[in-house]
Amino acid sequence: MEKIVTRHFGQENSHLLINYIKDEGYKAARKALTTMTPAAVIDEVKKSGLRGLGGAGFPTGTKWSFIPQGNPKPKYLVINADEGEPGTFKDKYIMELDPHALLEGIIITCFAIGSHKAFVYIRGEYIKPRQALQAAVDEAYRASFLGKDIMGTGFDLDVVVHPGAGAYICGEETALLSSLEGGKGFPRLKPPFPAVVGLFGCPTVINNVETIACVPPIINKGAEWFAKLGSEKNGGNRVFCVSGHVNKPGIYELPNGTPLREIIYEHAGGIPQARKLKAVIPGGISAPILTPDQIDVKMDFDSLKAIGSMAGSGGIIVMDETTDMVWAAMVAARFFAHESCGQCSPCREGSGWVYRLIKRIYHGEGRPHDLKDLPGIVNNVGGNTICAFGDAVTMSIGSYVTKFKSEFESKIKASGSINPVAKQGAGSLADANQKA
Amino acid sequence: MFTTDEIQKLDKITHKYDRKQAALLPVLHCVQEKDGLITPQAEKDVAEYLGIPVVHVHEVVCFYHLLHQKKPGKCHFSVCQTTACALRGAEDIIGYIRQKLNISPGETTPDGKFSLEAVECLGACEIAPMMQCNNEYKGFLDKKTIDALIEGNS
Repeated sequence: MEKIVTRHFGQENSHLLINYIKDEGYKAARKALTTMTPAAVIDEVKKSGLRGLGGAGFPTGTKWSFIPQGNPKPKYLVINADEGEPGTFKDKYIMELDPHALLEGIIITCFAIGSHKAFVYIRGEYIKPRQALQAAVDEAYRASFLGKDIMGTGFDLDVVVHPGAGAYICGEETALLSSLEGGKGFPRLKPPFPAVVGLFGCPTVINNVETIACVPPIINKGAEWFAKLGSEKNGGNRVFCVSGHVNKPGIYELPNGTPLREIIYEHAGGIPQARKLKAVIPGGISAPILTPDQIDVKMDFDSLKAIGSMAGSGGIIVMDETTDMVWAAMVAARFFAHESCGQCSPCREGSGWVYRLIKRIYHGEGRPHDLKDLPGIVNNVGGNTICAFGDAVTMSIGSYVTKFKSEFESKIKASGSINPVAKQGAGSLADANQKA
Repeated sequence: MFTTDEIQKLDKITHKYDRKQAALLPVLHCVQEKDGLITPQAEKDVAEYLGIPVVHVHEVVCFYHLLHQKKPGKCHFSVCQTTACALRGAEDIIGYIRQKLNISPGETTPDGKFSLEAVECLGACEIAPMMQCNNEYKGFLDKKTIDALIEGNS
């Protein structure tokens, strides 16, 4: 099958401009800037079926078309390279191994939306990818692919590589904007959407690294070619990240719609020691967990949505039969409790409460009422917060409790007999919360 | 107060931004790179340099996990404990480091050589269990690799 985003991976010094140029590098940018109108570029990307690969799956060309062109304010492109969704590690490779593909995508996107400045917001921990991208930016400036009058086309473009400082929430696009403006990473209410009121109050497009790296091949080879690679309404390939209990953890670029079973058992080499599958997270930790009877699902946005989960960021985490699902829920809940930004009460309080409650159940101090209380608490986080983080708590943790209820029940049943204190306090929510 | 050289270095960062305050995180990274932490005095200096309230700088320093108000050890182990690493034995890794260095997550050894932190996903699940040791990612951790890291930095 044909690779797009990872086509240069594995080639020697694939990160260097000289090698990128050898394989039609910056040809698409030249084509867009010299032979196409911005509207034609947007149209081509719309037709390609390219969707936001950071996790939301929003049609990319449509997002670009929301930028108001009559607005006299400057327009910005912001690349979300925060890559914080647990189970996801693809953008790191793109920035380290093919940074010019991202830069060329940035040029074309900026041309399409009428922007002359782009920021790449990279998570603070990604030091090597940041250095690699900065080196590529410097190369591109020297070769006149960035800066004033790029490639002699009269188009000006500056690219700034900006480091984050360790906060999952900054992967949420409006939190990212708050952070990029020099504030705490607090999400903002939408509307207004960033396309109208974004960075510094100006129209802004925010796209994921992988999404933008797909743009040059679309311009070079055409929307139809790209659309044909994927499944219906999900154009192109996806770089799936597979981790957890598999023999070959890593990134696999495959057509959108590849069955999950094939990814786990063929590409990622199956489960070590031929153990049985117990559960799998299909699209980063926020995606509701799947059971083994669901793994024939096609890995694309619409198919996963249809079975009550989501394709998210493409992060697949596999759990074998030895996994204690109460423990797994506790680990996920700890993540959410740790990363809640604290702005909205339901999420700030709820995520910690959920974590403490599951932790208590796991440690054999659960009470019969806990399992009745848990869905109520979990369900009151989602839908009551500014950003989708609260929904992620509800969907993710809720799926463990619903799909593996018997494991929670048996833990609680066992805890009464081994912990007399827990038995005494059974049923009292206030007491339970206080103790936790 | 920043020296003239330091200000020149910071100016190179801030001039890329349309608004000076937007350079807050890179400026704080730059300060921390030199001092190893962000002191209350540094917060004041940064606030004055960027023309923003000190309390704003302090809030930002408190919000972001990578900005340290307490100096970490010379060798700072940030061990990932999120799902992919947890499934591959992160708890045992943290336990082994605790036992070996006799410190808990959040602590530094008395000689200041090592500090330990249990952190959430670092985006390297393919090399789980993993950690960040200063600027480097270290993957497929086991007792041997940890022994070697500790010996190499002792």
